[in-house]
Amino acid sequence: MPVIRSARVPLDRASVIVPAGRVYVIPQRCKECRFCIDFCPKDVLVTSTETNAKGYRYPVVAPGKEEACVHCEFCSLVCPEYAIFTVEGPRAEVPA
Amino acid sequence: MSTSTFIAERHPSDPLFRADRLPHIWCPGCGIGPAMHAYAQAMVESEIPLARHVCVSGIGCTGRVPGYLNMDSYHTTHGRAIPFATAIAIVKPELEVTVYSGDGDLFAIGGNHFIHAARRNVDLNVICINNFNYGMTGGQVGPTTPMGARATTAPFGNYEQPFNLPYLAAATGAVFVARWTSLHLRQLKQAFLRAMKKRGFTFVEVLAPCPVGFGRPNDIGDAMEEMTLYRERCVVDASARLDSLDIDLRDKERPITLGNFVDIERPVFDPLAMMRPAGERENHAALAGKTQEG
Ligand SMILES: Cc1ncc(C[n+]2csc(CCOP(=O)(O)OP(=O)(O)O)c2C)c(N)n1
Ligand code: SF4
Ligand code: SF4
Ligand code: SF4
Ligand SMILES: [Mg+2]
Repeated sequence: MPVIRSARVPLDRASVIVPAGRVYVIPQRCKECRFCIDFCPKDVLVTSTETNAKGYRYPVVAPGKEEACVHCEFCSLVCPEYAIFTVEGPRAEVPA
Repeated sequence: MSTSTFIAERHPSDPLFRADRLPHIWCPGCGIGPAMHAYAQAMVESEIPLARHVCVSGIGCTGRVPGYLNMDSYHTTHGRAIPFATAIAIVKPELEVTVYSGDGDLFAIGGNHFIHAARRNVDLNVICINNFNYGMTGGQVGPTTPMGARATTAPFGNYEQPFNLPYLAAATGAVFVARWTSLHLRQLKQAFLRAMKKRGFTFVEVLAPCPVGFGRPNDIGDAMEEMTLYRERCVVDASARLDSLDIDLRDKERPITLGNFVDIERPVFDPLAMMRPAGERENHAALAGKTQEG
């Protein structure tokens, strides 16, 4: 079925500024439910390699996703532990 | 550690919580946490000062919500949150009183209080975390456990017809009735805001994962799986027939219908009106600083 993709681009696309978010985590609160990781619309997060004191792996920004967070705040809303939030830009310094 | 993950000590919402008690006791992936966050945010956005909000619960995992909120809150006995809250609402009409409790607390031991408070149209918001079981006491069958679902007291499957809570609330007189889930958090917050704006008896059902009590015996692997099920099977239809809102999580063909189903006006319960001078009877709540919003 032909899909007219251009019809789905908002008319004000060029003038809309997509917000940028910086990800903050409170590792000791996380219980590794993965809600933030699996429901992030931009796949920004993965589980950490190290664990917190209770043995849970908490979310960290995935390699290569340093610029991807759009500060939609869904991770903060859905986290049952209030262990993650974002702050609107500027983006993190990414070492060259 | 990824270079662009920042470590924080506190969450911006912490002032709304008794943050010294965090992390809370709820299991990993329990749906009570996100719903409590949505309620806390709705209070802030309600334009009603925090000092005028009151939260009352009964007993259960959900019953612990008031213990984590940094506000005037009451943890009452099992099933009795509504009568306790009714007294506050009648005597202090300037307060915004919310009952926050579980399906067992509100609809098993507390069921009679619910139907009569709705019938009288007491000025209360009732929020029910429906996790389809008695979570706190180890996963027993409750009044919302779906037919056929397994529980510690129904190892061969529940054979009792559960309540359809929005239908029950509407039939008994609630002026605002909604159902969302602990995944539909923006809509849930809006429903809480609407409930706070309205005078009279409002009811919001929140479908929430209880991976320990309900998920495990019902082959729902973990909380993520139950949340995914909500994402895939929920449809929003505010005009759905109320008698069609039954839930069966195990029936994969059956959608779970969400929405703000009822929004009507009815006279609000005000038994003290008789004791006031004639001119002050009707506008008591207005005098108390509360307005009816359309
Ligand atoms: C009078 C009385 N009877 C029974 C109990 C045991 N009890 C504690 S919580 C609970 C049910 C909780 O279920 P629900 O309200 O659905 O809350 P949840 O834990 O699922 O959030 C029961 C039966 C009690 N505490 N008091
Ligand atoms: S704010 Fe949105 S985009 Fe950014 S990490 Fe959270 S869920 Fe992902
Ligand atoms: S949603 Fe919260 S508790 Fe769950 S994995 Fe993310 S940070 Fe941890
Ligand atoms: S038993 Fe169920 S309702 Fe209670 S804290 Fe655990 S997941 Fe939540
Ligand atoms: Mg329950």
